[in-house]
Amino acid sequence: MLIPPGMTADQFRQALSRLRQVVGNDWVFNSEADLETYRDSYSPFWGEAQERKAAAAVAPANVDQVQAVIHIANEYRLPIYPISTGKNLGYGGSAPNLSGSVIVDLKRMNRILEVDATRGFALVEPGVSYFDLYNYMRERRIKLWIDCPEPGWGSVMGNALDRGVGYTGQAYRDHFGAHCGMEIVLPNGELMRTGMGALPGAKTWQDYRYGFGPYVDGLFSQGNYGIVTKMGIHLMPEPESMVAGVVEAKHYQDIEPLIAVLNRLETSGLCDGMPQVSSPVLGGLGDPPNPEITRVIGTPGGPRQEDLARIANGKPFWHLRVLSYGPREVVRAKWEHAKREFRKAIPDCRFVEEVAYNIPLTAEQEEALSPFRLELDRKVNFGIPNLGIFAMGARSPAFPNPSDGHLWFSAVVPRSGAGVMEAQNIFSKAIADMGIYIGFNAPIPLGYTPHLFLMIFPVFLSKTDPVKNQKGRELLMHLIELGAKHGYGEYRAAPALQDFIMDRYSFNNHALRKFCEQLKDAVDPNGILAAGRYGIWPKQIRKARSA
Amino acid sequence: MTVRTCMRAIILATGSVVAAMAAVIAGSAHAGSPEADILRGRAVFARWCASCHGPGQHTPGTMALHFKYQGTVPPMLEQRDNLTPDFLRVFIRNGVSVMPSFRKTEVSEADIDALAAYLKDSAAGAPKSP
Repeated sequence: MLIPPGMTADQFRQALSRLRQVVGNDWVFNSEADLETYRDSYSPFWGEAQERKAAAAVAPANVDQVQAVIHIANEYRLPIYPISTGKNLGYGGSAPNLSGSVIVDLKRMNRILEVDATRGFALVEPGVSYFDLYNYMRERRIKLWIDCPEPGWGSVMGNALDRGVGYTGQAYRDHFGAHCGMEIVLPNGELMRTGMGALPGAKTWQDYRYGFGPYVDGLFSQGNYGIVTKMGIHLMPEPESMVAGVVEAKHYQDIEPLIAVLNRLETSGLCDGMPQVSSPVLGGLGDPPNPEITRVIGTPGGPRQEDLARIANGKPFWHLRVLSYGPREVVRAKWEHAKREFRKAIPDCRFVEEVAYNIPLTAEQEEALSPFRLELDRKVNFGIPNLGIFAMGARSPAFPNPSDGHLWFSAVVPRSGAGVMEAQNIFSKAIADMGIYIGFNAPIPLGYTPHLFLMIFPVFLSKTDPVKNQKGRELLMHLIELGAKHGYGEYRAAPALQDFIMDRYSFNNHALRKFCEQLKDAVDPNGILAAGRYGIWPKQIRKARSA
Repeated sequence: MTVRTCMRAIILATGSVVAAMAAVIAGSAHAGSPEADILRGRAVFARWCASCHGPGQHTPGTMALHFKYQGTVPPMLEQRDNLTPDFLRVFIRNGVSVMPSFRKTEVSEADIDALAAYLKDSAAGAPKSP
């Protein structure tokens, strides 16, 4: 039996017994079989000593029980680790940072507390998935959209608190940015509400997010300062239509004017759907390996024109899919305006596709949407949760030997064409030097929100080949180190990488981490809550780790 | 309206397997009866399995099993008549390939038993009416 660090077996048994008194025998799990379900299904350390594992799990049903769990945790110095739906696959899943922690499984707290169609918000508990909220609104004919990531089984709250992103309207794709108001059980068991919720009887908790005084919500995103038990989120009104148009640019360097125009359109509110950059020459995720492409793009000093022409072989380098939501005449006018702007900036560009959808879609239109090709329209662009993304990696002709999961390396690169070319050059050279195929030939930028480009690299994992996993981890560490050297940091990561990445955010002798640690010591002096999450360790463990 | 359509509508309506079950049981099958089990299992399948293992060209689980079995075994779980509770439990509690494991707070032991009953019934092709 795994015992939480710092506890004896007897103390642990006593703590479990106390937890059972709170939630009932059925909702405390510490058998070997039960604990299998709390492993990170996509752990990069599967089966190895460094795999993060829980010692037990407890599933409270309500806020009172969460508070009682926290009191017990403080009494016994029991490390606990909250999860919502536990489906953060690729970023840690349901396993803790600190092995031996007790998972606080919040899935039973799955009420949709309120949806207001006029003011455009929902108030949810942690266990509410995107499927749940979508179905709830469909049944009641509420004309609001969710904005969800690729897998729809994730938690609306959990994904926002990990600062995940989605695919519909601009104001909603930054899920943490779209949240409004929280209720939190603090590490001392106290219940706190943020924003306007701090005013008793507030009528605007889910309208205005900032409230009064210091805005603390950010501490509970990618943080370990409390267990969030309620969260508001702003929701997009169902639009009348969506128009998607594709502009094609021939030359590699056209990416500069392409992104410059895109940025102006987005930040001016003239294109609010998620833009999709793709490259007929470079290919995308899941395309067949072509080491020559990677070598050319990774040429030290930048790719040479003759090499670019050779790998292009007459094909255009770039496609940019531009989406707008709204009334039909408005979105068409926006696309016409966009075309004029692209033509001014890139005189020889072409417009190779234009498609207009009336919303809601028909069943046939939904079925025709691509499950995972990022350059095509997909269900997530229409706020429809699904699991089609798992076709990538599952057994298929493209993946005859399917993986057992994946890990993401998600670097933030500059929102410019020059920034894209530089990042492609740096990362492609690294991949070419390592002689591996990472799942694509050159990284393509993903514009999840205005001012944001991510380059996301998957590492495919195995439950039976630790050597493969080790190589994958080494690759990611190398890319993280390389990225940091060139000014690219990560936006999100799995626990296995969090310490390494936080070490890289070292401005002024790790001032950010030191500040967070001071807050941690103040609000969680016993160090019970989510120890190590995103590199913030409680003082008791921090000193041991640095010794 | 078939029971399948009815259940799906209720699950869409409420987002709740339990609510769906309760409604149909109130209408026809008695709680604990084989019929109730099948109806519960159908609701579990719709909520937790269908997105990957249902029909359609973009269901990754069905696609993966199609390529794995190459026609020797039906790729759709609803056409398999040999999926016992213990067999299902192995995959639900441990995961396989890109499919993760599912916890008891998501799919309970009773849900798995009901799911097995539903899949067996579905494979047999026997229609159930409300």
